[in-house]
Amino acid sequence: MLRRGLKNRYFMKQTVINDHSVKTMNLLKLFSEYNPLDDKMFQVMDNEGRVQEPKYLPEISSERLIKAYKDMLFARTADLMAVSYQRQGRMYTYPPNFGQEAISGGLAVVMRDEDWFVPAFRELGAWLAKGATLKEVFLYFIGYEDGTVFKNAKNILPISVPIASQLQHAAGLGYSIRYKNEDSVVYAVVGDGGTSEGDFSEAVNFAAVWKAPVIFVVQNNQYAISVPFKMQTRSVNVAVKSYAYGIPGIKVDGNDLFAMVKVLNEASEYARAGNGPVLVEAFTYRRGSHTTSDDPTKYRTKDEEEMMAATDPIDRLRKYLVANNIYDASKEDELLAQFKKEVERQFNEAENYPAYPLENVFKYTYVDMPDDLKQQQIEHEKFLKWKETLQ
Amino acid sequence: MEGDLAMKVMTMVQAINNALDIKFQEDPTIVTYGEDVGVEGGVFRVTEGLQKKYGVNRVFDSPLAESAIVGSAVGMAANGLKPIVELQFCGFVYPSYNQMISHVARFHNRSRGRYKMQMVIRFPYGGGINALEHHSESMETIYGHIPGIKVVIPSTPYDAKGLLISAIESEDPIIFMEPKRIYRAIKQEVPEEKYSIPLGKAKVLQQGTDLTLIAWGAMIREAQKAMVMAKKDGISIELIDLRSIYPIDRQTIIESVKKTGRVVIVHEEPLTFGTGAELTAIINEEAFLNLEAPVSRVAGFDTIVPLPKGEPHYIISPEKIYYHILKTMKF
Repeated sequence: MLRRGLKNRYFMKQTVINDHSVKTMNLLKLFSEYNPLDDKMFQVMDNEGRVQEPKYLPEISSERLIKAYKDMLFARTADLMAVSYQRQGRMYTYPPNFGQEAISGGLAVVMRDEDWFVPAFRELGAWLAKGATLKEVFLYFIGYEDGTVFKNAKNILPISVPIASQLQHAAGLGYSIRYKNEDSVVYAVVGDGGTSEGDFSEAVNFAAVWKAPVIFVVQNNQYAISVPFKMQTRSVNVAVKSYAYGIPGIKVDGNDLFAMVKVLNEASEYARAGNGPVLVEAFTYRRGSHTTSDDPTKYRTKDEEEMMAATDPIDRLRKYLVANNIYDASKEDELLAQFKKEVERQFNEAENYPAYPLENVFKYTYVDMPDDLKQQQIEHEKFLKWKETLQ
Repeated sequence: MEGDLAMKVMTMVQAINNALDIKFQEDPTIVTYGEDVGVEGGVFRVTEGLQKKYGVNRVFDSPLAESAIVGSAVGMAANGLKPIVELQFCGFVYPSYNQMISHVARFHNRSRGRYKMQMVIRFPYGGGINALEHHSESMETIYGHIPGIKVVIPSTPYDAKGLLISAIESEDPIIFMEPKRIYRAIKQEVPEEKYSIPLGKAKVLQQGTDLTLIAWGAMIREAQKAMVMAKKDGISIELIDLRSIYPIDRQTIIESVKKTGRVVIVHEEPLTFGTGAELTAIINEEAFLNLEAPVSRVAGFDTIVPLPKGEPHYIISPEKIYYHILKTMKF
């Protein structure tokens, strides 16, 4: 009874707010069909790559679909190789994306150049889609700030490590878009653990109050390092929290590229039409470790890992593509060999990046460097000269 | 004291774990929690095995929210528990800084002593481990600067255990900063039994007559390497491990400076407004006429700590400490 009452009140309110937009109605129809209060998860394609919800299958050309698949496969190749580079001691701590590629993959299909992307640190495919290079990503995890500049990518913020803090920036970006009357939206990513931070609530609330065009994408990969989702919140899912902020929310199968694309398309249209933010919970599974410093055997079972491996986003999409004669998987080994070569090439470039000069420690802390700080650099250089005279 | 007790070789991680274990056995009002401290035993394994031994009501994982980790400890302390909370990395402390400065530090004063904030807030800090952004900072000043909180930093496994036991027993709230660079780098014989080291007391690690070298945390080891270099020049150095950022042990410092007349202070945190500035002021106030040279500070630059490829420029080397020792001696 309580649930039904809540639902009715919610949708009445939403309809009142949004009745000016037909596109809004599309979103609300989809979102009411998959109401997070019922813990329903929106899925277009099942684990075998069979379409179960044809009416929601997004319109994507075969060429675009093949590209999306290959991009996800490339991101996975790079990701797995990054882990092995780290194991070889050629890179520092790295957060694997293994198993979560369809979330970035969906963002890659939907995001336009003028849209903003606000990263956390586990969205490799989305960074690349925005125009970051793999070489830059490797540079960052090898230990250069230069790697998070993404200098040829349009409208992307740097990688953000403090959990959920970046979401506030998304709210501000959203406000600035409205203020400047720009035709763009913000995609901001956070993990399931991040939804427990005050920053999450504050950011979503700000965006909602301001009707800022922000799509909050929660990568619910089931673990915040070792802590499982059920220990993170008593909410039945993340999407249901949208009710508290008065915005639409949906739980979507984050391992289903079609479902991701459909939801992100609807959400961005809704936000772009001036209705405010949307909360998208992308349900997925982190098949790898939290970072290369983490050992998942401490907190989860092999059985669970195997069970969740059956939902793998890339395997699923491949099954669909093959079954529908869109893609010839017999040449995939060749493709993978080509990808590996390309990853290796970009990694080598990153490894051969020029040494980090002392001045780069100093020159970006301020725009207008205080004399005191200049003096610290000069004094340090004097010391280095003296050090050379030591035997 | 050490001779009478059963000893065991421990790293700092093991010594802290051992201190927690001893206090947990002794005092059922103690609980510990934070991100990944329960099942996982902490990302650095400091709380390993404690959940198994003491149960999930006393050792547990919290949701990912630093402000709530520290803020909830205030409520627990108000009702007689003694929370020991872990914040995962120095760079993730800041959401909880509001709770520290607005409540943890003030409850005793605000309630005119009715509510004691008997708690320990532990977190690893410091550079030198090739970490991602926000994992390498040393910001002891911003905690030492909060009236109402005491700040402790151990430099050895032995001190870590003894100081943590005192911190847990202290009726004032304690921030216990753990130099993660030497979490496992130093192994030392540590008594298996309970012992405590008084808070607010520096330790003279080596007596000397020419120069007072003050450091703490991971910088002690670097200072000791610099002392080996200075030995060739015949410089007799007195090494002081500050151990407590607040309160500062004025007496130990001033006694030493009165003897040597020369001072070099080493800290990882940025130079400007760093703990070294406070120490210099104290020395000026109480031993000005004994000084033979200006107090010299070897400190982090006033910059953001660089990512690993730039960190070697930033990190304080024994050579740099040695350089400052020579400059101070030649003044």
